[in-house]
Amino acid sequence: MTAMRSLLILLAIFLLIGVAPFAIGSDFWLNVVIMTLYAALLGQAWNILGGYGGQFSFGHAAFFGTGAYAVAVLQVQLGVNPWVGMALGGALAAAVAAFIGFCTFRYGLRGSYFALVTLAFAEVLRILSNSVDFTGAGVGLLIPLARGMENFQFATRAGYFWVVWALTLAAFLTVWWIGNSRFGAQLTAVRDNEDAARALGVDAFRVKMGAIVLSGFFSGLAGVFYAQYFLYLDPAIAYGPEISVTSLLVPIIGGMGTLFGPLLGAVGVHAISEGTRTFVGEAPGISLALYGAVLVAMVLFMPRGLAGLLARAPRKAHADEAAAAPATRAEAGRAEASGHA
Amino acid sequence: MPDLSIVVPSLLNGITTGALYALVALGLTLIYGVLHIINFAHGALLMIGLYAVYFLNVQFGVDPYAALLVVPPLMFALGYALQRGIITRASHGRDENILLATLGLSIVIENLALYFFKSDTRIVDTPYSFETVEVLGAFLPLPKVVAFFGALATAALFWLVMARTDLGKAIRALAKERKGAALVGIDTEHVYAVSFGLGIACLGVAACLLLPSYYVTPQVGHGFILIAFTIVVLGGMGSFVGALLGGFIIGIVEAMGGLFLGESLGQIGIFLIFILVLIFRPTGLLGHKA
Repeated sequence: MTAMRSLLILLAIFLLIGVAPFAIGSDFWLNVVIMTLYAALLGQAWNILGGYGGQFSFGHAAFFGTGAYAVAVLQVQLGVNPWVGMALGGALAAAVAAFIGFCTFRYGLRGSYFALVTLAFAEVLRILSNSVDFTGAGVGLLIPLARGMENFQFATRAGYFWVVWALTLAAFLTVWWIGNSRFGAQLTAVRDNEDAARALGVDAFRVKMGAIVLSGFFSGLAGVFYAQYFLYLDPAIAYGPEISVTSLLVPIIGGMGTLFGPLLGAVGVHAISEGTRTFVGEAPGISLALYGAVLVAMVLFMPRGLAGLLARAPRKAHADEAAAAPATRAEAGRAEASGHA
Repeated sequence: MPDLSIVVPSLLNGITTGALYALVALGLTLIYGVLHIINFAHGALLMIGLYAVYFLNVQFGVDPYAALLVVPPLMFALGYALQRGIITRASHGRDENILLATLGLSIVIENLALYFFKSDTRIVDTPYSFETVEVLGAFLPLPKVVAFFGALATAALFWLVMARTDLGKAIRALAKERKGAALVGIDTEHVYAVSFGLGIACLGVAACLLLPSYYVTPQVGHGFILIAFTIVVLGGMGSFVGALLGGFIIGIVEAMGGLFLGESLGQIGIFLIFILVLIFRPTGLLGHKA
């Protein structure tokens, strides 16, 4: 896919999604579209760092929760307007990302270590937000109802739809740019073979820092949106494992390191959770258990996600053969590189 | 400054808890040392061990210490099967995929436990649950003292296996040089699975020693995950002595933090250690390389 063609497809898809508030009368279905876009935003944020950068974060809740708490705390404790809070929330999440990135990438820590550090940071922030007063501690934080566009609280779901639509579009455009820029080429080079990339003069530390800051920024914006949409936060929601898992599951189902993967994945994740709700009901734990099972199954049988399946559909026999052979890191990277836009 | 009559019991409490933390971390560091992956399902597997001990006690009246004969071998078998059945197959040549597989397993295990056992907190009732022993003028719960010595004995046994047996030699060879180990005739897949199984068996022992003075819920592993990770990072990933040392340090820091800052903020001490180690010595106290 050439750069222009993938951009046109991207814009066409978002225009098509933009029809939703006019075409969908029911609040239930508009909510489904909103939550799918929100999942795509979370997943695309993770995809920047994990899919394109090869740095697997297990604690994206650290960024999400920081954005969410920023907008909520500023609003409730200091009376800061939530639109201003949105900018600050994104910036704070990016700052947390920069701190984590600085601590880990400076020493070239990757793989297990990076996953561990991100998970630990999210857990630590959860404990902190559970213990201090200004986040409402374990009780949580309720954002007072004050309907009005200037308060980022809309009377209809359509208002929220346009906000999440715009944020998600921004994330997808950023990733389109990454896929077609020098920065993106350097990032995927670092992912595929860091030593080789450095030998060619790529500043691996700077490139990975760029990726984690962008990733944290968009994840924080997703948190801001969540806080304003549900008007309630507690430590388990903001910094709990569910957000971290959803963030990585979406691009893994859809296809890591691809532009459209997170969109496919968001639809997939929603199909799973709606499916469980229909067939098993609202029993605690069951939907997350299924998320985990899907994660294991994807890694076992379809490591390149739905996008990989689509890209290789005409040559299925060949794809199976390639998947069966234990590919080296470089080979896997090349296959992914040829798969994305 | 609280006087010694409070500090000493707290310190001893921290040391006994630290021994159990060390045991949990020992399994984690063994798996890391050999397989070079962090087992993110470690907390969830400890939770399975605790439920196994709990149900053996409630259904069949098996004493938690008698369960030492049953639970660790079962946990070994579970670990062996998970490694051979799922974790190796998930890798496709990339370590990141193994990480994802263990993360997925932990989510499945934890949430199935939540679904089947609900989030009730369960404890076992033993005749010795509330017995105390006097140590240095402080009264410690008997189960904690037993756990302390049990954890040390397990660590010693572990060291013997690693240092003196052919199996230990094979594991160490594999940890150092996979191809070389395969060339001299070591069945690498088998030894990998045995290593993973041994790491999980440690959790079985920890579960038996822990339950008489602790509780079990589906989320019980969470509390141990951050602590075990911190110990492994602090001691140096893959270092046995480091895991033991780290366990005691963290146990003491937690007890002291709890004493001076209160239960909830007490964990902040662990968090501070984690960040400081990360910034100033990411290879840990006794680690060689990251």
